[in-house]
Amino acid sequence: MRLATCYRFNLLTFLAMLMLAVSPQAYASDGTTRATEFKLGNGMEVVVIPDHRSPVVTHMVWYRVGAADEDRGTSGIAHFLEHLMFKSTDKIPVGEFSKIVGRLGGQDNAFTGNDATAYFQRVSKDRLGKMMEMEADRMVHLRLDEKEVLTERDVILEERRSRIENNPSALLDEQMNASLYLNHPYGKPVIGWYHEMAKLSRKDALDFYKRYYAPNNAILVVSGDVTADEVRRLAEETYGKIPANPDVPATRNRPTDPPQIVPRRLTLKDPRAGNYSFQRYYQAPSYVTAKPGEAEALDILMKIAGSGSTSRLYKKLVVESKLASSAGGDYSGYGLDGGTISLYGVAADGVPLEKVEAAADAVLADIAKNGVTEAELTRAKNSYLADYVYDSDNQATLARRYGWNLAVGRTVADVEAWPANISKVTTGDVKKVAAQYLDLKDSVTGYLIPDQSGVAQAQEAPAQSAGELR
Amino acid sequence: MIGFTRAAAGLIRKAVRPSLGLALPALALLFTASFSHQAAAMNIQKIKTPGGIEAWLVEEHSVPLISLRYAFDGGNSQDPAGKEGLANFLTAMMDEGAGDLTSGEYQERMEDISMRMSYDDSKDSLYGSFETLSANRDKAVELLKPSVQKPRFDNEAVERIRQQLIANLQYADKDPEKVAMREWYAQAFAGHPYARPSNGTIDTVSKITREDLADYHKRTFARDNLKVVAVGDITPEELGKLIDDVFGALPEKAKLFPVAQTEPTKGGSQKIVEMGVPQSVAVFGLGAMPRKDPDFIAAFVVNHILGGGGFSAKLMEEVREKRGLAYSVYTYLQPYQQASILVGSVATKNAAMGESLSIIRNELKKIAENGPSKEDLDAAKSYLTGSYALRFDTNSKIASQLLGLMQEGFGPDYVENRNKLIDAVTVEDAKRVAARLLKPDDLVVTIVGKPTGLKSASPAALQPALAAPDRG
Repeated sequence: MRLATCYRFNLLTFLAMLMLAVSPQAYASDGTTRATEFKLGNGMEVVVIPDHRSPVVTHMVWYRVGAADEDRGTSGIAHFLEHLMFKSTDKIPVGEFSKIVGRLGGQDNAFTGNDATAYFQRVSKDRLGKMMEMEADRMVHLRLDEKEVLTERDVILEERRSRIENNPSALLDEQMNASLYLNHPYGKPVIGWYHEMAKLSRKDALDFYKRYYAPNNAILVVSGDVTADEVRRLAEETYGKIPANPDVPATRNRPTDPPQIVPRRLTLKDPRAGNYSFQRYYQAPSYVTAKPGEAEALDILMKIAGSGSTSRLYKKLVVESKLASSAGGDYSGYGLDGGTISLYGVAADGVPLEKVEAAADAVLADIAKNGVTEAELTRAKNSYLADYVYDSDNQATLARRYGWNLAVGRTVADVEAWPANISKVTTGDVKKVAAQYLDLKDSVTGYLIPDQSGVAQAQEAPAQSAGELR
Repeated sequence: MIGFTRAAAGLIRKAVRPSLGLALPALALLFTASFSHQAAAMNIQKIKTPGGIEAWLVEEHSVPLISLRYAFDGGNSQDPAGKEGLANFLTAMMDEGAGDLTSGEYQERMEDISMRMSYDDSKDSLYGSFETLSANRDKAVELLKPSVQKPRFDNEAVERIRQQLIANLQYADKDPEKVAMREWYAQAFAGHPYARPSNGTIDTVSKITREDLADYHKRTFARDNLKVVAVGDITPEELGKLIDDVFGALPEKAKLFPVAQTEPTKGGSQKIVEMGVPQSVAVFGLGAMPRKDPDFIAAFVVNHILGGGGFSAKLMEEVREKRGLAYSVYTYLQPYQQASILVGSVATKNAAMGESLSIIRNELKKIAENGPSKEDLDAAKSYLTGSYALRFDTNSKIASQLLGLMQEGFGPDYVENRNKLIDAVTVEDAKRVAARLLKPDDLVVTIVGKPTGLKSASPAALQPALAAPDRG
């Protein structure tokens, strides 16, 4: 799964942390139990992660619904509803939600992915009860005015222009995702296709809301200066009063893809592209769908192959052969229905992209054939385990880690077993997943090419010598 | 290493302004301040190392981490003319080999001990960030030390990083937000070092030599322009030794070029940079009061009401919530050492840019004439004081906040007093300061895209256009 793209640089701290949270490291944990979990009578799950250093809390509500749960023809409705959740309820006048939070010294925001939608506030601990009251209120009492809905629709269209239309890399990413998934809804952009977004209605939003927003489809995560007992008491007084909705879909069965039988390739020529670059996405299992240990091995594999300046891709392509000015790769293992492996390379001045791509493929083929060294394995493991300790400095990061995992059906125990599981990965495991999942047959390759001729246009390119490369 | 732009995030409801080429610690300056009623027992210690370097420390032993933040005055306004981008180049070279270790050796060793080190530059300073697990502290310090004192600037690394910087510039040159911001500084500060592109141009970065890098390092890494803050699992004695170890051998005095005081051009101007994008991006701004001006805090509150306060802000209300013209519209106050500015941005489809800018000018004018209402002022003060503690809930955030205070010449007591300063702002203060600050006729505007019905205009030519605002 790939979430929608966001190419803004240098977001301020808490949103920057949000971006980190969707990286694979989001699964890191130190193996000691930090979180307490329990369930309310109506089925709402609760996770509490204490951190008493500072008198503030992070309060999040996660819904087990995202863009991949949308009906066909209404792409973008999950994200549109997320915006509309800030409009009004029976108790809160139009546009007041964030203003009330602000007057209480809090910060709030929300985000939508393919598999989950989350709302959060960061506030002084004595405001936690009020936040729960407001969040519980809009879980079931949202009111939408037709005019407000249409104005907000213009806002999401502007958001799409900012994120996607104005940025050729984002356009290519969108086209590649659509190609990677022929039938599965991960192929739709989270923000939606423009022509469908432009027709989304108040009714679409309310239908989606009524179907999916209920305590038995939600997870409450609170981290910071609280105890589990305090959270339990406050949660029972607020969320606990909302009856479960028996009609919430019990399973999340999305359309699935047929086996891919041919590598797919795209070239986007765009006058706004700054330089020549290639990207590659492979379908791979996720932590939810993988056999035990496979996702951990994929995390280790892509750390060694593509993360940072000590990675194989960087060393070979950038330092040694100098074919690329930058190169790397990543594994995203957090999807409900699957994960992705990604690679990228920016061609050095005058180097044809085909050469950059071939060099990247040679690096991967070498790992699939000869594996990685014990030293690389140890370094990658240490790096992930250290990430946990660093992450424990930030209550908001911890809240997102547990929230993401529970939203895709994993458990607190799964999260906290992660360090032990990552420690078990062997060089043999890494070689095996490299050989199995770095298969061009399961991939899409995209070229982004600066073009002086004018209009941006996506076009299919023939597969090139695809069969021999793995 | 320098990052390539990657796709990585879920959709977020509201855009948060990018830091616009400034280091995060520089932003912290804006918001520098305090807890107050929280009475959180954050004990800030001022220490002096045996070697005579002053530093601030917050001990926090419950998490086995140490965060160090430091800054050298100077920044990219010290880049020699024709060598713009030098400070930025240096920040990318700091983990590319030092002492006896080549680039690859240095980076592998960093990873072996999970040490985190990064550098960033702003107009006035060069920032360092160093984090280590307590268990690896001694090894990490041993590795930090040569990087600060003896970076190598090997030819291979210099050329490789140059290619990455040039690739980043090629990318940035096509990014409407980055181009709009860069052009804004070029217009507002024409003739002053602040006008120059922080990351340089392809031409200037191509000309920077390893001698330039070594010279910049030698001139600006010194003890008299150094500020250091530490937060985490370390005692004052241990910190004193650490700081002397890392920074003690640097020259006593930096050799900085003088940078003159300045202010943005007045009289208003509008520059359009044509780019084939469906959505135009505008940056607008004008001069503001310096950080130590008695009106600064009131200006900070007024900015929050105008465009700094997310969904509570007037611009968000008028441009986004009422009319759906933009996803992102904001302003912020940025006090540099030699000039202070209020600057903002809006992104709107090409056909609506004229309308969005008219609304923005009108809001500035309204607040300047009438001042903010008591209700708006109270809401802003309530947010600003109540949320102050949120800036201090992680070690690394505490360190960045305190470094900002230290650079601006405040003492640790600022943290306690800051909310009182905000609370003391009256409706009369806000009105007076709004009138002093918000002068729509002085707005310097740069627009990138194909905005319908808008033209570039110099100060003189712009006045009639203001009288009859364009409708998109």
